[in-house]
Amino acid sequence: MTEIERHSYDVVVIGAGGAGLRAAIEARLQGKKTAIISKSLFGKAHTVMAEGGAAAAMGNVNANDNWKVHFRDTMRGGKFMNSWRMAELHAKESPERIWELEHWGALFDRTKDGKISQRNFGGHEYPRLAHVGDRTGLELIRTAQQKVVALQQEDHAKHGDYEARLKVWAETTVTRLLKDADGKICGAFGYVRETGKFVVFEAPAVVLATGGIGKAFKVTSNSWEYTGDGHALALLAGGTLLNMEFVQFHPTGMVWPPSVKGILVTESVRGDRGVLRNSEGKRFMFDYIPEVFKDQYATSEAEGDRWYDDPDNNRRPPELLPRDEVARAINSEVKAGRGSPHGGVFLTVVDRMPGGAAEIVRRLPSMYHQFKELADVDITKEAMEVGPTCHYVMGGVEVDPDTAAARVPGLFAAGEVSGGMHGSNRLGGNSLSDLLVFGRRAGLGASQYVEGLTARPTVPDAEIEAATAEAMAPFERKDGENPYTVHAELQQTMNDLVGIIRKEEELERALVALGRLRERVAKVSVEPVAVGDGRGYHPGWHLALDLRNMLLVSEAVAKAALERQESRGGHTRDDYPQMSAEWRKVNLVCSLAGDPSSPHVELKRQPMTPMRDDLLELFDNDELKKYLTAEELPAGLAEEVKAEDGEADDGKAGDAADESEEDGR
Amino acid sequence: MSYEAKFKVWRGDDGDGELTDYTVEVNEGEVVLDIIHRLQATQAPDLAVRWNCKAGKCGSCSAEINGMPRLLCMTRMSTFAPDETVTVTPVRTFPVIRDLVTDVSYNYEKARQIPSFDPGDAKPGELRMQQVDVERSQEFRKCIECFLCQNVCHVIRDHEENKPEFSGPRFLMRIGELEMHPADVADRREIAAKDHGLGFCNITKCCTEVCPEHIKITDNALIPMKERVVGRKYDPVVWLGSKLGIVKKGQDTPSA
Repeated sequence: MTEIERHSYDVVVIGAGGAGLRAAIEARLQGKKTAIISKSLFGKAHTVMAEGGAAAAMGNVNANDNWKVHFRDTMRGGKFMNSWRMAELHAKESPERIWELEHWGALFDRTKDGKISQRNFGGHEYPRLAHVGDRTGLELIRTAQQKVVALQQEDHAKHGDYEARLKVWAETTVTRLLKDADGKICGAFGYVRETGKFVVFEAPAVVLATGGIGKAFKVTSNSWEYTGDGHALALLAGGTLLNMEFVQFHPTGMVWPPSVKGILVTESVRGDRGVLRNSEGKRFMFDYIPEVFKDQYATSEAEGDRWYDDPDNNRRPPELLPRDEVARAINSEVKAGRGSPHGGVFLTVVDRMPGGAAEIVRRLPSMYHQFKELADVDITKEAMEVGPTCHYVMGGVEVDPDTAAARVPGLFAAGEVSGGMHGSNRLGGNSLSDLLVFGRRAGLGASQYVEGLTARPTVPDAEIEAATAEAMAPFERKDGENPYTVHAELQQTMNDLVGIIRKEEELERALVALGRLRERVAKVSVEPVAVGDGRGYHPGWHLALDLRNMLLVSEAVAKAALERQESRGGHTRDDYPQMSAEWRKVNLVCSLAGDPSSPHVELKRQPMTPMRDDLLELFDNDELKKYLTAEELPAGLAEEVKAEDGEADDGKAGDAADESEEDGR
Repeated sequence: MSYEAKFKVWRGDDGDGELTDYTVEVNEGEVVLDIIHRLQATQAPDLAVRWNCKAGKCGSCSAEINGMPRLLCMTRMSTFAPDETVTVTPVRTFPVIRDLVTDVSYNYEKARQIPSFDPGDAKPGELRMQQVDVERSQEFRKCIECFLCQNVCHVIRDHEENKPEFSGPRFLMRIGELEMHPADVADRREIAAKDHGLGFCNITKCCTEVCPEHIKITDNALIPMKERVVGRKYDPVVWLGSKLGIVKKGQDTPSA
């Protein structure tokens, strides 16, 4: 039997990004002995990549801002698919969470009167994003990291041991959640990267804060850690995933050079006169203006070019269409053979600004720097090659909005791994504040859950044996496939068939392909490394174990995408291009079923909880009519709509002409 | 525009190891980390390397390339001639775990000894600071903790014996950051010299040179800290005042 370490905690937090650190800080502040399990080194999590800022209605720049306006913007951005309770809590609590960060030492950019400065962003009515230049995510993670250290220093003063009450397990990966005989969480099982040694964390409460799923796709802005670990762990423990079909693709990620494939090119490049061209040099977006937008977008290059200086008397250039439209157009051009050499299209600002190269550098400093340093491309002289990139998953673990509790006793989730908060589409800036608000709530929820227990659950030996056998399996199998090959094919399948534009026939093919990949994932094998017991810092082995998670989340995304027959936010169906008020009422919930040794994803429809009246009242009636069915509308309004429906051919409020976009990066 | 490049990659663990030769495909536009990944996927699936964001923002993939401390993700292959052998070795100042991965726990231990930010009596939401005042510390908070400055610093590079008394540029800069933080009330000048070895630094600026974030570590953090430490110790007015009992010295904050 393999040697296994055992450690006991009150709360174990899996993930050390913004949500995980905030959850762990809260649990420790509540007096709980807490562990943070970090797949990377402490302070390296993907949160560092966030640039824009953290949305919080502090009203520092525009005093009219308040939680109600923020709530409204969030619901609009999510196309009313959001868990309205989460959106409400988020809007109300974000300011406190930002001030708290400042009180822990964060240094945000300032207003003239010395308060935290706030910037404008797509979809936010007022300047709302607390920020530090374009590195807000780094400031957030560093501050939370330093708060963890501050708490450890307190513990050191009191107990003589920095790690007495709060320990960071750096470079440690959890592969299974453990449950006791009553079906309650009793711990987690994982390995330490450096040695490959297995560890059992005995704990009555586990918080998932593992981030996203981007590595299931070939082109992504996400790092290697984003393999859907928390999503899969929740499923495997009997939890549920909500609305996994909603995946945010950004239309302009870098596609060349390969070293930076998927990294974002901010939307402001297009706002600052950047144009999209195909391999024939044609500004192709003029061919892709949908009927509903015809009145708002320029039909000639000359008119589009006049808009930048005179927006009142000209229509906007079609490069500034909503994200899904731009992404769809890029897709079509590439499929028609008019793409750039590396499978994207050209985005260029060369000769587009009156002030020439100097103005480009001045207006787009971070993009100039990004391309110069990472790609050796001088954007003042050359075009960029861009294409859609997988950026963020709105879907995730189904949780109770107030406590972040998942559907398994003792399991909690916060941040990108949780679902509901962002509905079908996330606004830029709402991610960082999400991490703080629900990270704290998850830490609190877990602590209160532990306090309410009469006895601590014990870890059954069989659970540990099963988890050990599963983790060792890639070494036991001989002559199996190389995990890298299988991973590459999984990513290709998801990119090609479950990408930004979806249709029934392709999704069905994807499910068949995923079925075959499931068999191959079950057979991958690795050789031990030449030193020690063969498991120390073994990237092939790690990937072999991550593949299980990526496969499960891919199945969940594909199944949900096939089921939802409408287009909304981060889910675009070529065959169902309209948004449907009937579908808005439907949450798609994934769980696992079938043979426990090879379970499959099962999908069920679950009605959306109707929004509270006082929240409904925050919206104009005309706006509610766009999203809700007649039955859902407030009484008087419903009568009005029914009368109108007599004239129209059906009652579905298909409104593709929604312009409130989006992530804003 | 592919070519076959010659690579020498250090393979081994904390016991011993050696440079191993590889011939590996290089394509236009790639960085050294891409080549390391290609080695993993095709020739050496167990080759250990630490990396995360691949965009120069997380500071995980520090190593030495032809002897220079660099981030693997920020070193473009186009900076080498196609016939040039590229040698990749782990950072030298920290013990090797395996291959290109080193044990950087020294840094996390030093971080824990520096007294944390202390806002005094201020309540959350009450702090008011001017942009010009926060900018000094903001520069230091750009640090991505790649620890290349720690690696290159001659005080501890090849001088294991100095590690207990010297926290390195990264953490002396952290002390500077807190000292210059407009809302912090603690005084870390005494411990900067006494516990963290500020005096070891003889401003050769190697740390500044290797910083991928282009932070002016020496000029903007370490030298001003040296001045503040000296100012605290030798300011003649304070000295005289304290001798006469009319100036009380501030409370020094001890290391944590």
